Amino acid sequence: MKIHEYQAKAILAKFGVPVPRGGAVLKKEDARAAAERLGTPVVVVKAQIHAGGRGKAGGVKLAKSPDEAATLAGNILGMTLVTPQTGPEGRVVRRLLIEEGLDIKRELYLSILVDRAVGAPVFMASAAGGMEIEEVAKEHPEAILRQTIRPETGFEPYHARKLAFGLGLSPEVAHAALPFLESLYRAFLETDASLIEINPCVVTGDGRLVALDAKVNFDDNALYRHPELAALRDLDEETPLEVDASKFKLNYIKLDGTVGCMVNGAGLAMATMDIIKLCGGSPANFLDVGGGASEEQVKNAFRILLSDPNVKAVFVNIFGGILRCDVLAGGVVNAAKELKLKIPVVVRMEGTNVEQGQEILRNSGLNLTIANGMKDGAEKVVAVAGGAR
Amino acid sequence: MSVLVDKSTRLLVQGLTGREGGFHTQQMLEYGTKIVGGVTPGKGGTKHLGVPVFDTVAGAVREAGATVSVIFVPPAFAADAILEAIDAELPLVICITEGIPTLDMVRVAAALKNSKTRLIGPNCPGIISPGQCKIGIMPGSIHRPGHVGLVSRSGTLTYEAVDQLTRLGIGQSTCIGIGGDPIIGTTFLDAVRLFNDDPETHAIVMIGEIGGNAEEIAAEFIKAHVKKPVVGFIAGQTAPPGRRMGHAGAIISGGQGTAKEKYAAMRAAGIHTVQSPAEIGQTVARIMQKPKGAIKKPVAAKTKRVKKRK
Repeated sequence: MKIHEYQAKAILAKFGVPVPRGGAVLKKEDARAAAERLGTPVVVVKAQIHAGGRGKAGGVKLAKSPDEAATLAGNILGMTLVTPQTGPEGRVVRRLLIEEGLDIKRELYLSILVDRAVGAPVFMASAAGGMEIEEVAKEHPEAILRQTIRPETGFEPYHARKLAFGLGLSPEVAHAALPFLESLYRAFLETDASLIEINPCVVTGDGRLVALDAKVNFDDNALYRHPELAALRDLDEETPLEVDASKFKLNYIKLDGTVGCMVNGAGLAMATMDIIKLCGGSPANFLDVGGGASEEQVKNAFRILLSDPNVKAVFVNIFGGILRCDVLAGGVVNAAKELKLKIPVVVRMEGTNVEQGQEILRNSGLNLTIANGMKDGAEKVVAVAGGAR
Repeated sequence: MSVLVDKSTRLLVQGLTGREGGFHTQQMLEYGTKIVGGVTPGKGGTKHLGVPVFDTVAGAVREAGATVSVIFVPPAFAADAILEAIDAELPLVICITEGIPTLDMVRVAAALKNSKTRLIGPNCPGIISPGQCKIGIMPGSIHRPGHVGLVSRSGTLTYEAVDQLTRLGIGQSTCIGIGGDPIIGTTFLDAVRLFNDDPETHAIVMIGEIGGNAEEIAAEFIKAHVKKPVVGFIAGQTAPPGRRMGHAGAIISGGQGTAKEKYAAMRAAGIHTVQSPAEIGQTVARIMQKPKGAIKKPVAAKTKRVKKRK
């Protein structure tokens, strides 16, 4: 789960990570008041959306007076920011973070995530703060420092020394890095984060280390034990159809094609998207209805698929195995009738009682095509969705 | 004819009396898997589905002689269940549970090092040696005994591939679902090593997906050490970057873990790559008939018959 920068900073501050003074506002007038309260010669007005690249898109501005802060806030609020991470449709800015401006001497990159191959948390650091870490990794992989933290022993002072001196920090700043990194690691563990990224982490003129930006993502699987963090979810930042799907425990990701896909299992769902593409079509979505594909799940899945106006045809690809195809077919027919389905649907299913299942589909009087196998299904659905592009 | 599990496997079910655990225990018993016990704390001394229940894993190992455990415990308690099985020194533990917090798995991964246990999963369908032993949630009926070793991060996509093989008359030695999570026990590399060392496995099928670099690591090993033919497929060629595709581990992050990279690594290792998920079976049939010209015809004939029936 993603959260906003201002929320991330509030959490990090609780763990003792130094962050700039500031606060979130929803209105232009509150921006003026916030800037007045800060009382610094320069304040920063930052758009709060769940995507990076805000600065380049015009969502981060410096103001030299509370009046200017209010004017800038008025301009940015309601703006649609388009960044490489938002997609072409962009995101509407609904909140701002008003922060003190700092005297910046150096910008560093810092992050913690779980190294999948090692199965342990790892710190990543680079002296090229402010740059996308992916770019640094591509151009100068040797410039990225990595420090794995063994879960058995935890964070040790030498971890901080290796990173700090590796980044070429002066002894005084390196000294400040120990509590900074230790707090960051504690925040990572105690919030069940999947990523904490401080980009940039700055060294100020007076030798302090401050998290100038903060991105914190949480492990969805662990949210059950952090209700206070789960409450930070901002539905405005998610695609409405995806929010709807998540209520029914459906794994749905909207794409921009014309063939709606309903599949059981994540791997098969991805493979179904792939084969539609290979057959010359384009998938409208990823949708995993779960291994069991119950009638209720199928019905909600259909409803969500059909609310996407781009969908011209639907491909149902269910490999049940133990699942009974007659039950599944009944669910498909009921859902199609209830939703007054108008577009063609191609159904491919495997499992027990396949013949009975196909019989039910055939006798339904609905616009349902039965496919034999994945390839046959993909070809048929691409044809009825308007053919190969 | 198999790796890790066979007729001699004595299985323990952690979470036997739960809904999922009970249902799949029934299915496994019907398949012929030898289930010697279950663990449900507080229900020790009773029987469920004819299987004796124990309070602890250690008790089940001591009294019922269990050699392998399968875990159907809810995600909040699953890491603890795996750690208990590691503590009981079971050589093989299969965790089916989906949704275990990653940091719980970090602790499990640490405990697995220097332990006597191999873990398969979590978030996986399990392992099956057709005709001998089925551990997990896969449909037994689509499998048939034979000589292809299959390893996959997926569940239903694995069934799809197995079904294609079986319809072509190609049996399997063992099929291992290693799971869709970012931190898992047995990796592609581990499974490929096992299949490479198993004289009854003549070919290997690897079904990967986007995210991480486990496929690339296995490809390196295959390039250097594996003489058996390997067929590879990667799901998620059309997946958008930065989105988690259902499986917690299926995400392209920072431009890493794309299907394109994985295919390139597999090709460089001499793996027979398949672009279409519908052609995994055919590709195996084609490469398996190459060294033995004699079986060429019957296999081809069977392919045709299957197609006609459709």
